[in-house]
Amino acid sequence: MSLTASTLIIILCAGLATYGTRLAGYWLLRNANMTGRTKAALDAVPPAILMAVIAPAVFLQDWPEMVAGAVTIAAALFRLPLLVVIVLGCATVALLRMVV
Amino acid sequence: MVQAGSTLTARSEFREGLKDISPMVIAYAPIAALWGTIAVSKGLSPLEAFLMSLGVYSGTAQFVATDLWHLGLPLAYLIFTLGTVGLRHVLMSASVSRHMQGFPRGKASFLLFWLTDEAWAIIERRALTTPLTPAYFFGASFPLWPNWALFTLIGALVGKAFGDGRAIGLDFAFAAMFIAVLAGFWKGPRTGAILAASAAACAAKIWISGGWYILIGGAVGMLVAVLTYREDT
Repeated sequence: MSLTASTLIIILCAGLATYGTRLAGYWLLRNANMTGRTKAALDAVPPAILMAVIAPAVFLQDWPEMVAGAVTIAAALFRLPLLVVIVLGCATVALLRMVV
Repeated sequence: MVQAGSTLTARSEFREGLKDISPMVIAYAPIAALWGTIAVSKGLSPLEAFLMSLGVYSGTAQFVATDLWHLGLPLAYLIFTLGTVGLRHVLMSASVSRHMQGFPRGKASFLLFWLTDEAWAIIERRALTTPLTPAYFFGASFPLWPNWALFTLIGALVGKAFGDGRAIGLDFAFAAMFIAVLAGFWKGPRTGAILAASAAACAAKIWISGGWYILIGGAVGMLVAVLTYREDT
């Protein structure tokens, strides 16, 4: 269990860098008057980022992930509870991997 | 009486946040353990890996940091690289700030330390239907933190004996959760245009390494939203 000063400094700096990115958006836009195109751009952030994370995790993978993605999308469109959707997705991927 | 009432509300808000994030608390454990194992293989002590998970608290940033620092690069370069790796958090923080206008500044800044991808998705989902409170934010974000650090330590100490959760599909939990959250954001054909654009843009993942594809997909989606914007809505 060693801890060197240089590692501690790196951890602190890396921590400040990541915390900085988490604060930046809030501090930049805290007082912004959001209307029109600015608001439209910000309203697009959640769907756009969610999709950017999902697409490679589902479509750039093997077929078990693609099929599980389709099952998960169907479950989500039926507005099943969050936990049920997650469990269905994981279970589908796990089952299909057993078949492979 | 008013105070008792608001304490009661805060407690139930916290509990609802905790309930909503709990599947991710479970899914995080094997990922954290895997990172702990890798960190030790790169020369960190278990204590250092544990502290890094507490202090940096971002899977992507931690992988990048351990990759870079043995190259003996200047600290400024490391900080700059981590800043760019975390640019998607700037977008997430900007978007969640719309729902934090009533929060005291200090409290909001404090809470934002725990703004991970997973917590952000759950919090945005909540804000679609219910005004966001600090207690909900705390309940939906904080529990992942000690869990991430603890399982980092377990992974660092126990090593590869700890499975990666693939056998029960835990590595898919993150994508499944994001799909479930995304379904709530559908507002007609314009959303479809945004989704198609960001899905296409993140094909950049094939050519550009690192977490850039998330930022590119997000930015292209925003651009499409601006271009398809009409005054009447």
